[in-house]
Amino acid sequence: MVNFELTKEQKMIKDMVRKFAESEVAPIAEHIDKTAEFPMDTFKKMGELGLLGIPFPEKYGGSGGDTLSYIIVVEEIGRACGSTGLSYAAAVSLGASPIYYYGTEEQKQTYLIPLASGKALGSFGLTEPNAGSDAGSTRTKAVLDGDHYTINGEKIFITNAGYSKTIIVTAVTGKNERGRNIISAFIVPSDTLGVKITSNYEKMGVRGSNTSSIYLENVRVPKENILGDPKKGFKQFLYTLDGGRISIAALSVGIAQAAFEAAINYAKERVQFGHTLSSYQSIQFKLADMAMQIELARNMVYKAAWLKDNGRPFTLESAIAKLYASEAAFYISNQAIQIHGGNGYMREYHVERYLRDAKLMEIGEGTSEIQRMVIARQLGL
Amino acid sequence: MNILVLLKQTFDTEEKIVLENGKVSEEGVEFVINPYDEYAVEEAIKIKEELGGEVTTISLGPDRFESAIRTALAMGVDKAILVDDPDVFGDEYTAAKVLTEVIKDQTYDLILAGYVAVDDASGQVPQRIADMLNIPIISTAVKIEIDGSNITVHRDVEGDTEILEAPLPVIITSQQGLNDPRYPSLPGIMKAKKKPLDRLSADDIGVSPDEVKAKTEVIETFLPPKKEAGRILSGEISDQGRELVQLLRSEAKVI
Repeated sequence: MVNFELTKEQKMIKDMVRKFAESEVAPIAEHIDKTAEFPMDTFKKMGELGLLGIPFPEKYGGSGGDTLSYIIVVEEIGRACGSTGLSYAAAVSLGASPIYYYGTEEQKQTYLIPLASGKALGSFGLTEPNAGSDAGSTRTKAVLDGDHYTINGEKIFITNAGYSKTIIVTAVTGKNERGRNIISAFIVPSDTLGVKITSNYEKMGVRGSNTSSIYLENVRVPKENILGDPKKGFKQFLYTLDGGRISIAALSVGIAQAAFEAAINYAKERVQFGHTLSSYQSIQFKLADMAMQIELARNMVYKAAWLKDNGRPFTLESAIAKLYASEAAFYISNQAIQIHGGNGYMREYHVERYLRDAKLMEIGEGTSEIQRMVIARQLGL
Repeated sequence: MNILVLLKQTFDTEEKIVLENGKVSEEGVEFVINPYDEYAVEEAIKIKEELGGEVTTISLGPDRFESAIRTALAMGVDKAILVDDPDVFGDEYTAAKVLTEVIKDQTYDLILAGYVAVDDASGQVPQRIADMLNIPIISTAVKIEIDGSNITVHRDVEGDTEILEAPLPVIITSQQGLNDPRYPSLPGIMKAKKKPLDRLSADDIGVSPDEVKAKTEVIETFLPPKKEAGRILSGEISDQGRELVQLLRSEAKVI
């Protein structure tokens, strides 16, 4: 009935990505955190390995893998570098997935193939100064004018937009019979006239991941660029975000795993009062709690991925996975610093970076509070 | 150019060796492609990509070898043969004899292998096979160039390089530095499961377990003694020298 065994392919993917992450991603993690340089080279290499197209079929340039394989990769990349993990998760879950879920055959041919085959990155423009999870307050507007839509508005905190070839932008296209905004999604090539992208944020963590603002001024896109059902933009991105949450949860597990490994290794080596830190029960209890939380978080993430792969509803489970894993990652990286003492507060030991990176997991793609709202709603409250 | 690669699965080089009832325990151990065989796999794929042809790996070992073989298939090897019949497991003689029988049924221009396996480190099997097949062997290659039916190999000789030429077919064993093995790509991994892996028994290759019976016997397996804390000598350098020589003679008994 229940099978916790990964398939041969999933194991092979995990081994390959762990090797890749340890030799190609981890060595520059500190550098990109310090300089906030986007690791474009890493993304080229990941593209060549087919990592950017895991959950998409081969005919769209993908690798024909499942969500669980993709999730395993997010965790392994995140274990090496939270910034790279975040940009990777956003490129696949938010940049490419909506085109796969809702795009027409022509849109998939034109826009999904370059993303899935790793030749370009995509991003997802939902958040605005006054609208994020409160998407009903979206102000960006798209007006049909002949065979083109004209889009005006502003998007903020958009992952990878500074390096993206295409951006999916949500915009209000009208009002329904109850007077609520109708929101649609559009595929906007980032070199379209009137699109201005700036990357001026000074972030606390995931500093190597690109975060941008997008200004759309009389941006004209052909009306064929509308993505999916024009009236169901809202529902579509809720589904997209449900999927994205699994990947943020997996990324949280990766960061937590890295922090835990650093903490347990340090505890075994560091001698105080004549004994290693690991011989003290106070430290053992911390490490036991950390291990427990990682195990629980990972199982929840795998379950959510399994539900998605099997075509079952996963809104509740992805919110639980994201909420639990992100809070676990923050707790675990905080405890990892504590176990390291003064050394942990120093950059040299990396654990302070894990904490800064983990904080974003509690905020991005819906804050912990939003996750609790989603869970409550799923409980019928 | 048809290339055969001899492939063995070994312990991950970072694994700790644990003895249980006088045998090396495989409990919870991670297995990998023998790192020197991985260079051979990469080289074979590179040659195939340049000159065309087919790459086949040949292995002798238990069922668990499959994961190493699938990794090689995911890297770009076309097909694989695994003799997984415990009746023909033995020593280096056994391995060479069995693999030679498998090789005789194949068409090949080149055979590649790692120069040594990192587990038992005997480094004998390719040489024995070359002898049994009566073809030349060049060991510890760090560079291979193929020109028509001739091959030029740069080989590592204790830090120096020796350049040798040979006609095909030939066996070449790889040394570290030959290449930088690729990661298996995601599409490669997905395709690997559809590539053929033939499992053969003693019967299939036409050898009787008796004729390939091991010629050696393992008497005892033990771990090297634990490294003891070192000692730092003090005093005048000339006295230290005298003391050192004396200790090497009386205590360490090495001179």
